This record gives sequence, C-alpha cells and structure tokens, in this order.
Amino acid sequence: MTDTSRGPLERPMSPHLQVWRWHITMACSILHRGCVIGLYVGAVILAGWAAAVAAGPEAYAGYLSILGSPIGKLVLLGETFAVFFNIAYAIRQTFWDAGKGFAPRIADMTGAMAIAFAVVATIVTWVIAGANGAF
Amino acid sequence: MSKSASEQYRTPLSRARGLGASRHGVGHFITERVSGLALIPLSIWGVYAALKLVGADQHSVTTWIGQPVNAVLLSLLLIAALIHLQHAVQVVIEDYIHRFTSKSALVIGNLFVCVLAGAVGVFSILKVALTVTGAH
Repeated sequence: MTDTSRGPLERPMSPHLQVWRWHITMACSILHRGCVIGLYVGAVILAGWAAAVAAGPEAYAGYLSILGSPIGKLVLLGETFAVFFNIAYAIRQTFWDAGKGFAPRIADMTGAMAIAFAVVATIVTWVIAGANGAF
Repeated sequence: MSKSASEQYRTPLSRARGLGASRHGVGHFITERVSGLALIPLSIWGVYAALKLVGADQHSVTTWIGQPVNAVLLSLLLIAALIHLQHAVQVVIEDYIHRFTSKSALVIGNLFVCVLAGAVGVFSILKVALTVTGAH
C-alpha cells in the first residue's frame, strides 16, 4: 500500500486495525458500528411488519412464519442485543458529551458494563418471550 | 468592508481549511445524539410491546394498534429510529467509501431507503389504526 517511490506526497498512515492490541473500548466501538448496520435491517423489518399487519391476516401470518423460522429468530435475537447495546452506548456517549468518562479505566469499565447489560437484557427478554410462547 | 490583516493575506485554501465540515457537522452530530436519547425510552417500550405481541394473530395486533397510544408510540419509534439510523449509516458510508460517485449514490440510496421505510410503516400504522373496528 505504501509506495514510497511516489515521493514526498506520501504521508504516514495511522496504524491499521491488525496491528492494534484488542481492547474493550475498541471492541465496543466496532460492535456499536456493527449493531448500527444490524438495526438498519431491523428498522426495515419493523416497517415491513407494519405493512404486513395492514395487508391482512394471511400476509401477517406469512410474515410471522418468516420471523418465527430459525433464521428469523436468530436475526431477532441479534436485533434484541443490538437494541440493548445501543441503549447502553447512547447513555455512555451522553456522559462523554459532558466530558466525563474518558479516563482509560472508566472507559474500559463502562464499555464492559454496556456489553454485560446487553447480554443480560437480551437473555431476560428471550426468557420472557419464551414464556409468552415464542418457541 | 475592511478585512482584518490576517484575513487579507490568507490564501483561498487556508480559508477553506478553516471551515471544517462546511459548518454543517454540528447539526448532524446533535441530530444523532438527540434522536439517540429519544430512542432510549421508545426502544424499551418497543421491546415491551414486542413481548406483549409474541404469537398474537393479525386481529389482536390490529386491535392493539387501534389504541391511539400504541399507534402514536409505534410511529414515533419507527420515525426516530429511521432518522437516527439514516444519520448513523451515512457516517459509516462516508468513512469507508471514498469514490465520489459510489459514496454519493450510497448516501442518497440510504436516504431513500429510510424515507420509504418510514412512509410505508407510518401509512400502514395509520391505515390499521383508522380502520380497525371494535377498539376503544
């Protein structure tokens, strides 16, 4: 990538992803970006769900059978995690906007808390969903 | 109009550099943060609503949407989410796609997807909410 023969215009590049040691704040940042893409699909699924309700009983039953299939459930499980992780992340970012929480130890801790919250809330949600007859 | 001495001798490039994100960046940032905050209660309500509607048939769902509070909150959730995600995904596109034409096409496509999903979703919610019978 770095072609030094081009002369002085070539500027030093910032370190690439693969030379960084993985740490929790970086993992959170990447996970957040991944969740955003996932939630984009989720918003379209939600709009489609509303359209299916409006289209009538058969269309809705068909839509539910897609969402209720193993792949559909896996997608919804991911969406649940993404929703909860983004809720925690939005709160974390609000503290950052106020200039708080940037000390490495605190940033690591809040990152770990965001992931832990998302995991626990996802499990709780799906246990309730199971009790309500999702399986 | 007299210019200050420092302005007078600046090159056009120097002046353009000082403008940053064409003075639009803060609006984008604030929209993302405010919609993100609005989505905290809305998405928690959304999970609660989803758990309530697990396995419900179309008739029960239309009755549920027929209640004004549900129709309004559902529309708000969808609109706030789409505004938030349109801005968020635009940043992702701008970070990774550098060719002007592909970047522009994706940014515009992203906007169209979000506006279309919002129009379809809100129209469907309204159609159900305004035609459902027996819901009070």
